[in-house]
Amino acid sequence: MSELQEVSCRVNGKKRAFVVDPTIPLLHVLREILDLKATRFGCGEGTCGACTVMVDGQAVMSCDLPAGGVDGRRIETAEGLDGDPPHPLVAAFLEHQAGQCGYCLPGILMAAKALLEGEPAPPSRARIAEALDGNLCRCGAHARILDAVEDAAKHMIRGPLA
Amino acid sequence: MTADVPPPLADAPHMRDWIAISSEGNVTFLSGRVELGQGSSTALLMMAADELGVSADAITLETARTDRTPNEGLTAGSMSITFGGAALRWAASALLVQMLDAASERLGCAPQELRAECGEILRNDASTGLNLLDFVSAADLSCRVADLARPKDAGERWKTFRDIPRMDLKERMVGTPFVHDMTAPDMLHGAPVHPPSMQSALVSLDLESLKARPDVVDVVHDGSFVGVVADTPLAAARAAEWAQKRGTWETKLVEASDPVEFIASSMADAETIVDTGNVNRNIGQWYETTVTRPYIFHGSIGPAAAVALWEGDEATVWTHSQGVFQLRKAISMALKLEEKRIRAIHCPGAGCYGHNGADDVAFDAVLMARAVPGRQVKVVWSRRDEFHAAPMGAAMATNIRALLGPDNNLTAFDVMVNSAPHTNRPGAGGTPNLRAAAYLANPIQPARSTDVPLARGGGASRNAVPTYKAGDVRVQRRLVHDLPYRSSSLRSLGAFNNVIAIESLMDDIALDIGVPPLDFRLQHIDDQRSRDVLERIDAETRRVREVPLPEGAGWGLGFARYKGTGGYCAVMVRVEVDGDVRVTDAFAVADVGEAVSPDGVRNQIEGGMLQSISWTLKEAVPVGGTSTTAGSWADYPILQFSEAPRLSIALIERADALPLGAGEISQGPTGAAVCNAVRAALGIRVRNLPITRDAIIAAVNE
Repeated sequence: MSELQEVSCRVNGKKRAFVVDPTIPLLHVLREILDLKATRFGCGEGTCGACTVMVDGQAVMSCDLPAGGVDGRRIETAEGLDGDPPHPLVAAFLEHQAGQCGYCLPGILMAAKALLEGEPAPPSRARIAEALDGNLCRCGAHARILDAVEDAAKHMIRGPLA
Repeated sequence: MTADVPPPLADAPHMRDWIAISSEGNVTFLSGRVELGQGSSTALLMMAADELGVSADAITLETARTDRTPNEGLTAGSMSITFGGAALRWAASALLVQMLDAASERLGCAPQELRAECGEILRNDASTGLNLLDFVSAADLSCRVADLARPKDAGERWKTFRDIPRMDLKERMVGTPFVHDMTAPDMLHGAPVHPPSMQSALVSLDLESLKARPDVVDVVHDGSFVGVVADTPLAAARAAEWAQKRGTWETKLVEASDPVEFIASSMADAETIVDTGNVNRNIGQWYETTVTRPYIFHGSIGPAAAVALWEGDEATVWTHSQGVFQLRKAISMALKLEEKRIRAIHCPGAGCYGHNGADDVAFDAVLMARAVPGRQVKVVWSRRDEFHAAPMGAAMATNIRALLGPDNNLTAFDVMVNSAPHTNRPGAGGTPNLRAAAYLANPIQPARSTDVPLARGGGASRNAVPTYKAGDVRVQRRLVHDLPYRSSSLRSLGAFNNVIAIESLMDDIALDIGVPPLDFRLQHIDDQRSRDVLERIDAETRRVREVPLPEGAGWGLGFARYKGTGGYCAVMVRVEVDGDVRVTDAFAVADVGEAVSPDGVRNQIEGGMLQSISWTLKEAVPVGGTSTTAGSWADYPILQFSEAPRLSIALIERADALPLGAGEISQGPTGAAVCNAVRAALGIRVRNLPITRDAIIAAVNE
């Protein structure tokens, strides 16, 4: 166990501060300390993507990211996509009924958000698929998920006029 | 009118078994079926609301808890809608009859003049201004459902709404619906220290040091069961990992061998399942193939989890089990505790594709919570636990021979299925069949599996009986028990491998005699619904199949009627082989009778296809000694997004036919289509799954 450290960061726009062992995973902080449980535990070793969140705009797996590393950073989780109306990605996933058990979806939504926010024009289906390859889906909702992200991209990114 | 009383009404005949009405008049339907991520709860609610003639949000549905809902057995085998949905329709119909009777008295008319639509009571199709649910106080739930129910005919259904989106999907994306997410003010967290197998005994572990690990509250030790209870999930997981590395267990050494080869070459006693006459004739030409598949992981993205609480001598467990009543019975057997002292409540888990670790982890949680009465204990298995401790889909080998007569008609099928058991469910054979129950101080080893009888769809023998016409058919199975690996029901059970074997042979024969594979199948099918599905897949894909194929590409077909009694599904896929096989396009045509939620049916078929492509091309559980050697996803790759094909699904809707379930109809046909497409692309038959680069090379060298 390492010496406790105060970590402050922004989570879904809100300033949060907590004192933790800086080596514990960010996922644990989100779920158990901040009670933000929409980010899922899948493997704990960065191989399935269920715990994907955004840190300073980049998709990262929170299960093997030390909490000490997010001091001063901006964190976004799936909870931040809820709202009235919901985020265009959530709306597109609902429109396409893109999911079955849904356990993988929060991570996929965050990976997709990070991708789309970094693109100047709506990315190709192949590029979206490649960006989601770190996220596993076992129910086989892949095709619908790709359809939904393609659709959301049209709403989120104003591409160059044809 | 639907003639037959739905079977679930036999044990739960009264309206109160299926319906609860609150003091405010809110109507809740009660179902013993669980939501496994397949959308069944939405479809069940739709059926009840449609029968009443109200919108789906006018009523609620509560599912699977031993203290409240009917016992409908396991949610398995694609029967939730067929039977569970029919029971709800009948219950809703009985309630409607009572409410319309009350309304007819108010209106001074005959009840036959009344019906409900969009929540309003109509008299001879004209508005009455009366709300149906205002008459809910007229309900008498002590009545027997079957005495009153007059369920709607197909033509009377779906007047208020047609399909609705999944009720629970948004919560699954941005909320906290899973048992993993449950909270309680003083909740503790448990982690088991699993022995390598159900037969291994704990030899040594320093329990005092384990108890002294950071934030550990207690260590539960009973026989070879060890569970760590801690203040946080991380502390529990880390302490269990510490113990896993330091403990030693005695295991029976098994000679290393390839389990698939072991099963395929088994000469265990064969049991004849079907025998219509002498298949050993010699007029014509015999064709033969053997298809094998390895053990397969369930591989749910969320590991098994449960929450348990002891209060006095009573236990409550929140579980994502497929059968809360079976789990209760199994726990009762293992702890020698009366069933009435145990309450099992379903709570969603990650995707469930069969008998996974849900029941085992529930028992782990019950054992750990007993040490800290009055406090909830949540147990979430690690990924390693998930791969090491959960039951697996059975490895198997299907041998099929077919005799082709001189007129190019099949005259005999002879099928032999060698397989590890496809069921080891909790409570089966009078034993708990929960993992930890096998190594408590008073252990109860699981009874030897008898597999699933053909009358219930079969396990190893599922879909082993070809649906094609042939003079005589013999089907036998050999259950192989001598391997130390724990297998149980995984989506579609033996159907996946058996359909691949039958469909591979159908293609092999057709190609050998120069008949298009689809025509050869049609030549051996009389059943019109089967023919319709096949003819439609031909039409759906004709245009794309005319596009010239590059080198190493090919199309393949697979067809089956699930269990011989369920949904019909034909699949065509296009593959490209460049070292690895990639499915680029996949088409399916299905007939599941009445599609209650057409989009839900499509979603289930798509999911079945993608999972099947993953099994067919990528998946094999690595084993060594008495257990698997896979510790993480790195050891067990599954289909990724960039490997997913374009999909197209068409339904042949039959509004007046029995709804048949869709969750397991596409796996066999999809696997078969992939295997046949690979043969079309390469001219090589790969018989040992998965079809990896190495398997293709091995097949070339055969």
